[in-house]
Amino acid sequence: MSWIIARRRRPVAGYAVVLLGLIAVGVVYAAFTTQGSPASASSPAASSRETAVGRQLFVQNCSSCHGLLAQGTNTGPSLIGVGAAAVDFQVSTGRMPLKEIEAQAQRKPPVLNTAQTHAIAAYISSLGGGPAIPGASQVSTQGADTGLGQQLFTSNCAQCHNFVGAGGALTQGKYAPALTASTPTQIYEAMLTGPEAMPVFNDTTITPSEKRDMIAYVTETRSAPNPGGFSLGRVGPVTEGLVGWIGGIGALVLSALWITAKRRVHE
Amino acid sequence: MSSTEGYTGDFPPGGGPDGGEAEASRAPHRVIGTPPPAEQRTLLGTSESDAPPAPPRELPADPDDLAGASRAEKIVAALFILAMLAGFGFIAAYIGLPLGASLDSVLRSNLALGISMGVAFMAMGVGAVIWVRRLMPDVELTEARKPLASPPEDREAFAETFREGAETSQFVKRPILRRSLIAATVPLLLAPLVLLRDLGPLPGTKLRHTVWRKGLRLVISDTGRPIRPADFGSPGGMITVIPEGYQTNDNALVKATAIIIKFEPGELKYPTNLKWTVDNIVAYSKICTHVGCPVALYEQTTHHILCPCHQSTFDATKGATVLFGPANRPLPQLPMGVDSEGYLVALSDFKVPVGPSFWERG
Repeated sequence: MSWIIARRRRPVAGYAVVLLGLIAVGVVYAAFTTQGSPASASSPAASSRETAVGRQLFVQNCSSCHGLLAQGTNTGPSLIGVGAAAVDFQVSTGRMPLKEIEAQAQRKPPVLNTAQTHAIAAYISSLGGGPAIPGASQVSTQGADTGLGQQLFTSNCAQCHNFVGAGGALTQGKYAPALTASTPTQIYEAMLTGPEAMPVFNDTTITPSEKRDMIAYVTETRSAPNPGGFSLGRVGPVTEGLVGWIGGIGALVLSALWITAKRRVHE
Repeated sequence: MSSTEGYTGDFPPGGGPDGGEAEASRAPHRVIGTPPPAEQRTLLGTSESDAPPAPPRELPADPDDLAGASRAEKIVAALFILAMLAGFGFIAAYIGLPLGASLDSVLRSNLALGISMGVAFMAMGVGAVIWVRRLMPDVELTEARKPLASPPEDREAFAETFREGAETSQFVKRPILRRSLIAATVPLLLAPLVLLRDLGPLPGTKLRHTVWRKGLRLVISDTGRPIRPADFGSPGGMITVIPEGYQTNDNALVKATAIIIKFEPGELKYPTNLKWTVDNIVAYSKICTHVGCPVALYEQTTHHILCPCHQSTFDATKGATVLFGPANRPLPQLPMGVDSEGYLVALSDFKVPVGPSFWERG
């Protein structure tokens, strides 16, 4: 502490404070823009053998929270009737198995491979139906109407996920995740099952064809150019303001310090 | 004449750090970018010669650190040359990177123009600051301000001129001229007041009504498909709906857009009007009662509807009452039923005005 007090009036102290501020902003920004790796999934062919394998895997990986019969416990909800799509979404995005109980499960590299995921999905599906994992043709964006997809996305998704799917904050530590790493299958499953705080968009409200349009919009937007320069995460005015105020005004403050600093007198 | 103006003639031409005796003896040599010799200046008039000569100003000595000064000189010159090169670079980028049809060419051109111009100005500015800090003397000068009032003789002369003008123009003598001129200016003065009329007309009851009416179907926004309660049967579902037939009428949609939310049986509670719900589906206005942003951040776990603009939070199970945030009133609930074909329809308009408060709302 006394080290700082002794040096706080030095000419470099001002620069040091501004520099520290800039570094802090950079670190915080980097922490918010980390992404998980994409996972893949394809449609399963449920068989009794697969179901048995799935039950085995479920007991090993999931039952401590969801109960031995997937009936739910104090720490995890019942999985009866949630469907294969919900299991595939949660496990293929790495959200389940959960590492620790927090406001919201986070996307991370999946613990189980595709075959194991589909086996658990088949087991949960055998307990009580629910939406199935969409097939490859259901999530293909071939010939999709990206324009309609954008309209639907803007009306129903953009409030939480941002207009280009960059994500956004919700209440009490929850957040709408960025859609930058989501596979078409995962986006479809999320709409179908409404994971965590997300509302459900079932196939009779937003038809499978309209879901494909929305997926096409989300995936095409990722490769859109940024003619204005840096995208800054494409989250809009928040990062732009942050960079403008901290970066721009920080640079102006530094320049002002330099221009007006008293010249050192050499005696 | 105040003494502070006397400095105009005191700087000898070519009196820089390297101006020697030999240069002073020759005919004045005008350096480009410097002021002309003092004798040629006549802008301030000739009365200066009457003023007492100002005390000679003592110029500070050359910087002690001559080696450092010449190093600074080289740095500044290098920066100015960099600015020149960047300036030429700007011209080259303007000619060499034409805007094509693709966005990429715009991006490249913008980047090259911006960087070259930025470097040019930045190098010039940095050079100027280094020049000031390292080469120019660091002395403080005090310059007294002249009195603001004109001398009395000038003021008398002005008053005399004004009197003469009033007399010779016959402005005073000919009242009809004077009065008609004043009359001519009256409408121009009134005109700005009349323009205030464009602030009206008052909205009347427009703010109290939307286009919803009895029997109008709720359709999914953007696809225009009507909804049967069974189609919207997944609890936790939410979708944006608009009145059928108004899909392209933005003036109507800006007030009439709504959201419908499906609940598990028993989740909807007072003060939700359960008579206006169908199969645990409830319809609320999508326009925030704070400043009118679209509220549709619906968390199906907490049943909270959030406004993305100012985080107003509404409880969807309890008639969208305000839980948090700057909104002051619940989101209006749309009276909803089903028609003979089983589609969701409005039973009437919203019973309270939608959107932000307004003065006459009460």
